[in-house]
Amino acid sequence: MKRLTHDQMAARVARDIPEGAYVNLGIGLPTLVGNHLPKDREIVLHSENGILGVGPTPAPGYEDPELINASKEKVTLVRGGAFFHHADAFAMMRSGHLDFCVLGAFQVSAAGDLANWHTGAPGAIPAVGGAMDLAIGAKRVFVMMEHLTKNGESKIVERCTYPLTGVECVDRIYTDLAVIDVTPDGLSVLETVDGLSVEELQRLTGVPLQRAPMLRVG
Amino acid sequence: MINKIVSTLVAAVADIRDGATIMIGGFGTAGMPSELVDALIEQGGRDLVIVSNNAGNGEIGLAALLKAKRVRKIICSFPRQSDSYVFDALYRAGEIELELVPQGNLAERIRAAGAGIGAFYTPTGYGTMLAEGKETREIDGRHYVLEYPIHADFALIKAERGDRWGNLVYRKAARNFGPIMATAAKCTVAQVNEVVELGGLDPEAIVTPGIFVHRVVAAPGARIKAVA
Repeated sequence: MKRLTHDQMAARVARDIPEGAYVNLGIGLPTLVGNHLPKDREIVLHSENGILGVGPTPAPGYEDPELINASKEKVTLVRGGAFFHHADAFAMMRSGHLDFCVLGAFQVSAAGDLANWHTGAPGAIPAVGGAMDLAIGAKRVFVMMEHLTKNGESKIVERCTYPLTGVECVDRIYTDLAVIDVTPDGLSVLETVDGLSVEELQRLTGVPLQRAPMLRVG
Repeated sequence: MINKIVSTLVAAVADIRDGATIMIGGFGTAGMPSELVDALIEQGGRDLVIVSNNAGNGEIGLAALLKAKRVRKIICSFPRQSDSYVFDALYRAGEIELELVPQGNLAERIRAAGAGIGAFYTPTGYGTMLAEGKETREIDGRHYVLEYPIHADFALIKAERGDRWGNLVYRKAARNFGPIMATAAKCTVAQVNEVVELGGLDPEAIVTPGIFVHRVVAAPGARIKAVA
């Protein structure tokens, strides 16, 4: 089997973002998706600190400390971009104007519960930021994560053991092994990577998987 | 004549009392009114409740206020950052109270205060530990959590330009919490990079109308300093 690299995962997610979409890319792995969006599509990136039309990293010498993204990295503004205050930034999310958000995750449950903000470990300082708002705040919520933990345990679980970010909020999971839809009838495999059968994927995954009608096995 | 211009940063925060609730604008250092916060440190107010998205960076601005042990409680969404070691140490030592609020709920609770809303139902946080003990309601098949507004005695914010009526415009993503915090405090103090004549701001482009602002103080060069 050929596991996808982070960039390959990002490119795979990017393929599913259509022309005209308003998209928020979460902190961590999802920020890579921005590098892979097809150049022939106009896609508007949202940042919850008050930007629509986030552009690429500025050239050296052109950084502006008042033009940063939600990860507090220096960014640029594309032509047509706009600034707005924080309550508007979250209003456009919560009200379903935002089409997609792509989030990282510690765990996703079979029902689409998401855990991605807090390990709950003793002594850990909790910090939530916009994670809970994003989890419930887009028409479609994509998760992008490794399929397995470093110890080889499935990050797709029957019930999340980490504190939840949102309940039944995830629509689709992109991992380094597969693309899986969360449906009312359970998890449905859309794709596996080259050399990975659905049976083998099932062996690695903590919950029962179904085959999507359009399943593409690598 | 209405004149909200205050001549010094120190005078702009002189009457903040011990125990006051103070909103401090900014997302990280963008939009952080660091000069006003420095004036507040000098002013000496203590037992403060701070409402701000983060809990300070390095040892400047809000982090310096925390380090001076002037803050009893902080209401914020993302205290833990790579350079939040001042907050981290106080929190671990049990010397500061933290109310952690999802960022959009923080913004909407501030907005609600400024808009005269008594409380509101929001889907954010439903079913999570940050909604434990809160009222919930199902509306049209979706679950919501009841959240209350956050009012403040003072809001300290940073804007790009202001006039003597308190009209403000902001710069880029430094706008963030400024416009909503301005509406939610009994006394809003704006530090601006430039004070302009009345009429010097395009009325079509004013972001915060002066009715929400009580004091405007020039802190020119704040932006240039941030770049350096």
